Amino acid sequence: MKIFSNKNFVAWYFVFPVAFIHLFVIGIPSLASLALCLTDWRGLGEINYIGFENFIELFDDRYLKKAIINNVIWTIAFLTVPVGIALTCAYLLTGIKRGQMFFRLAFFFPYMLASVINCQIWKYLFHPIHGLGGFFERIGWDFLAVSPFTMKSTSLFAVAFVDGWHFWGFLVVIYLTGMYQVDNHLYEAADIEGATKFQKFRYITLPMIRPVFVFSIMIIIIWSVPVFDYVYILTGGGPAYSSEVIANYMYSQAFERFDVGYSSAIGTLMFFYVMIIVALFGLFRKAGWDI
Amino acid sequence: MIVAKYRSREVISNYIILIIFALIAILPLAVLLFNSIKPQMEFGVNPLGPPSEIRFENFSEAWVKGEYAKVFFNSLKLVAGSVLLCLAVSLAAGFSLAKLNPKGSAIIAVYLLVGISIPAQLYIVPLFLLWKEIHLLNTHIGLIIIYTALNAPFATFLIRSYMIRLPDELFEAARLDGANTFQLFFRVALPLSWPVILTAGLIIALAVWNEFLFALTFISEEGFKPMATILFAFQWRFENNYALQSASAIMMVAPVAILFMLFQRRFISGLTSGGLKG
Repeated sequence: MKIFSNKNFVAWYFVFPVAFIHLFVIGIPSLASLALCLTDWRGLGEINYIGFENFIELFDDRYLKKAIINNVIWTIAFLTVPVGIALTCAYLLTGIKRGQMFFRLAFFFPYMLASVINCQIWKYLFHPIHGLGGFFERIGWDFLAVSPFTMKSTSLFAVAFVDGWHFWGFLVVIYLTGMYQVDNHLYEAADIEGATKFQKFRYITLPMIRPVFVFSIMIIIIWSVPVFDYVYILTGGGPAYSSEVIANYMYSQAFERFDVGYSSAIGTLMFFYVMIIVALFGLFRKAGWDI
Repeated sequence: MIVAKYRSREVISNYIILIIFALIAILPLAVLLFNSIKPQMEFGVNPLGPPSEIRFENFSEAWVKGEYAKVFFNSLKLVAGSVLLCLAVSLAAGFSLAKLNPKGSAIIAVYLLVGISIPAQLYIVPLFLLWKEIHLLNTHIGLIIIYTALNAPFATFLIRSYMIRLPDELFEAARLDGANTFQLFFRVALPLSWPVILTAGLIIALAVWNEFLFALTFISEEGFKPMATILFAFQWRFENNYALQSASAIMMVAPVAILFMLFQRRFISGLTSGGLKG
């Protein structure tokens, strides 16, 4: 709008507060971290430049390796189970007339709850005596009568399950918004051709909701990186690092060992990984992927 | 929206599957609700079912033992402060990006977009040391500033995408009547933007109410802790008192549930408009 263009400096007054607060809280500390990752600083005293030593140490750190593998498993688990369930539920929801709103609210409500609440609920439900464990013990299924949070083989999946239980309703709503935009005539034509429910899903619904679908894949990959609350509250990364994730490991390096340089290096690694993912999806969009 | 015709047998199987998933989503919450009004004595024999005797005293007991009057006040202070500050700065920025388009404002937009996807683990340590240096640790204002910065990019984009659809003619007419830019903002843009103000306010409030990582890191003094971290401590303090634990959890859920009932559509559209971490 031309009428405003000569008021440039006034327009800048309006963006200044946001820019200032964001730079102060996130921008400058982020830059500081990108610099501190090349030092051996421990929060006090002298800051020594040590080059890439932190990163060399990182690649030798077997606990970090374990954490990275767990984050990868976490990402894959979230890309499959909640996505599959949410696609199914959203698709089935478009096929019913009554109660659509009820189901939508029921699925979505856990997404509104705090991590502490969800963790408390499932810690109780998985409790070996009081929760489902006790129930399984009474009917004789003793192998299920242990808390999955306390076993090395299941702890990571148990934590991911709780986070996924809270998250998948969000996906349902996202997919629904895409599915409502699909032209109904396509389904009618498919009905005349005698297509099955699955064929309609595979050849009409899925291609039509691709933008929403790709968006959901991107945010799942990005949001799987800084996963912290559920691990910290439910298992603290244990037992024996079996549910350790990068964010939780970084947190203990920073606030228990006060190794600022090292934890900054972990943060830097996470940051570059996220930026690469964002850039990749940006490239796909530029390449005409219609997302 | 009318969607593809289904045969009635298919419709029944649809409902069955959907009901199973709805139960998976809702039953755990029902157990929490049951437990919050169950006498502690009953947990041994009836851990999951509805209580045989309703005991509301769990709430008063939790309220007193957990000093929730103070904790609630702490959380409310954080929510109110963050919503006000964040809305103030985001409304101004959203207005500028939507209607004033100063030269180079694209840089700000790109900066905020990158800012959304920076993982907190990158900046939390330097931020902690900075906050320590300027004595903002264990203060609510310190946390309010952080929450404002965390939520401002999302709120700014939400507000911008709303204000961009306000008709330009209104602003041009006001300008011809001699209004300056500040008057355009306060007299024209703001009164027309209450729907987005409400949506953004609700989403910020929810995010702050539920936030855990920064509350855990920046408030270590018991007296200043908000609901989320107090509840976490509570789970250890009263480890086997599930009646008290559940009652406190319900107290934290109740405001969210009530607001969700009142503003379902706003919450759903606001949270799914992208950019907010869950």
